[in-house]
Amino acid sequence: MTEITPTGDNSLLEATISTRKIGPVERFIGPENYRILTGLLKTPASIIGLALIVIYIIIALLAPVIAPPVKEGADPYMIPRDGFSNDPKPMGTEWKRNVPPIPFWYTPLTGNEKWVHLFGTSEGQYDIFYYVIWGTRTAFKTGLMVVIATFTIGIIYGSISAYYGGWVDNIMMRFVDILMVLPSILAALILAAVLTPRIGKSLIPVMSALIAFGWMGYARIIRGDILSVKERDYILAARVVGVKNSRILFKHIIPNAIFPTLVLASLAIGDVVLSFAALSFLGIGTEIGYADWGQILSFARNWITALDQYWYIVVWPGLTLVFFVMGWNLVGDALRDVLDPRMRGRS
Amino acid sequence: MTNFIIRRLLLVPVLLFGVTLIIFGMLQLLSPIERTALYVRDFPKNEKAVDGIIKRYGLDRPFHEQYFRWLLGVKDPVTGERVGGMLFGDMGYSRSSSQPVSELISNRFPNTLDLTLWTIAPMILVGIWLGVQSAIHHNGWIDQTARIFSIVGTSFPTFVFGLIVLMFFYAKLEWFPPGRVSLEYSSIVDSPEFQITSLKTIDALLNGRFDIFIDLLRHMVLPILTLSYISWATFLRVTRSSMLETLRMEYVTTARAKGLSENDVIYKHARPNAMIPVVTLAGFSIVGLLGGVTITETVFNYPGIGSAAAKAAVNLDVVTVLGFAIFIGFILIIANLVVDILYAVVDPRVRLS
Repeated sequence: MTEITPTGDNSLLEATISTRKIGPVERFIGPENYRILTGLLKTPASIIGLALIVIYIIIALLAPVIAPPVKEGADPYMIPRDGFSNDPKPMGTEWKRNVPPIPFWYTPLTGNEKWVHLFGTSEGQYDIFYYVIWGTRTAFKTGLMVVIATFTIGIIYGSISAYYGGWVDNIMMRFVDILMVLPSILAALILAAVLTPRIGKSLIPVMSALIAFGWMGYARIIRGDILSVKERDYILAARVVGVKNSRILFKHIIPNAIFPTLVLASLAIGDVVLSFAALSFLGIGTEIGYADWGQILSFARNWITALDQYWYIVVWPGLTLVFFVMGWNLVGDALRDVLDPRMRGRS
Repeated sequence: MTNFIIRRLLLVPVLLFGVTLIIFGMLQLLSPIERTALYVRDFPKNEKAVDGIIKRYGLDRPFHEQYFRWLLGVKDPVTGERVGGMLFGDMGYSRSSSQPVSELISNRFPNTLDLTLWTIAPMILVGIWLGVQSAIHHNGWIDQTARIFSIVGTSFPTFVFGLIVLMFFYAKLEWFPPGRVSLEYSSIVDSPEFQITSLKTIDALLNGRFDIFIDLLRHMVLPILTLSYISWATFLRVTRSSMLETLRMEYVTTARAKGLSENDVIYKHARPNAMIPVVTLAGFSIVGLLGGVTITETVFNYPGIGSAAAKAAVNLDVVTVLGFAIFIGFILIIANLVVDILYAVVDPRVRLS
């Protein structure tokens, strides 16, 4: 037997036991969740995705600087109109009526002294550039609100269903099955059509419709996660010492089951914005002139025979929407790989 | 498996009941005056007439009474005939298109069915082909291109994709027009003696009018492309991963070891076994097509149920939209049942559990 003398060489120790430093973030959210977060920063695709999302966040935050409102105090989400004539005008046409103040970046970047329609105008002379910029804010606003609402409803519903189990679970999950029969776009379309005359044309009918038919997926996921957490020893231990049901559910089970669902939900913003735009495109939703990507794309439906001439009414808002959704999809794709149980343990 | 099928069959009445209840619940959000469209064609002229109709059809009764009247219809006190009754296919009047909802559906649905049937083959075959190629050339340039395609593809909203293909193939090249049929054929296609199956492409073939058949297909090329490309990404992903998994199996190694050609190994041994998850996906995608045509039909101005439902919704003609919802809901419930049972028959893991 060899005697081990302290030499200051820890290689043997490091080979057998991981002495990796654990940072405060990892300590706070736990090693498994930390692995998920860092996994998102590893592949080039997900980094591009995150970069896209960051760019859109910056555009949304800086909207008043990039595209300043025409008048102080006016609703900045209402797109300024340059006249009322029907045919779209091409990019670079000079802005004649309702000219907004010129922001500091404009002249150095474009070399123009006067506002021109950077992306052209749509029918009715709404400025497409303003639609794109302010539409970004609308996208985040609707996306975040719908995701937060659906997530909260889904979590509460799924947890109750899973925790009580038995016939409660059975009935609650059958209700989920029923809500999932109709395709979500169609269901949301109907509810929005019912709500619009009662609430008025605004973001609210469509958002309510997307919330009403959007939470079932989360309920199913969290239910499954809770069912597996429920069987763990520490839950049994908590029961043995007599912890109340509600406390076990909210303090022990949900925090341990929620993280994957939370990340999935935050990435669903892309999908929500897509559905919202689809409904606007069909013609349900905000009033004409409200900064909303789907609405401006719906204008293109009137110009189908001349789309080669008026390509800018499709291409600019279309690409804006595509890159937005792509950003969330790229990150979501990386996340799927990280969450895949077969990938666990590999770094 | 019998157990599974029985349980699955028992779910059907629950789903039917639930869906009708939800749709009826949404109807109840309307005022009784709006709901008169369930039973009478024209908007009542004066208040007295409104009250009379509301009384006659019980539109002011409690929820459950109205629900059963809505399902089974109301006996007209004068003629003794049944009026309304969802279960008998009477869904009220579509005031935005001035005809009964059921008539609107029977006019529009064959077009949607026609489009869906023609989409199935390109959607599934191209998707699987892409996935198999991607797996065979794992990490090669075909694989990389296919992966990029699948990410870009899923990020393209159908309506943006639709508008862009319209821009190139219609506005610029004038190859594939939107709509259903060219003007010069429309009166022929709609004439009663031409309609045999009411699926227009089949009718054209049965009548021996190949020029009309080609014309109909020309109008369907872009919608078919738009409906399939989104599914290609999914098929690609599922086929690819299933194929990669299968190619690692020992029997594939055995097949290689006994000296089979690579083509035989891939197409005779690996591919059939890799198809189980793809078959399921195919079932759900076909069913999904029926529900997912709303946007595509609207972009291409294609006269199917999806575009009709969207148009009615925009006109806030809720009775019509809900009629469509009931119809699509029923079809989807039955179609999903069929797919689930077929899935159980195909997949031993479900069959034996």
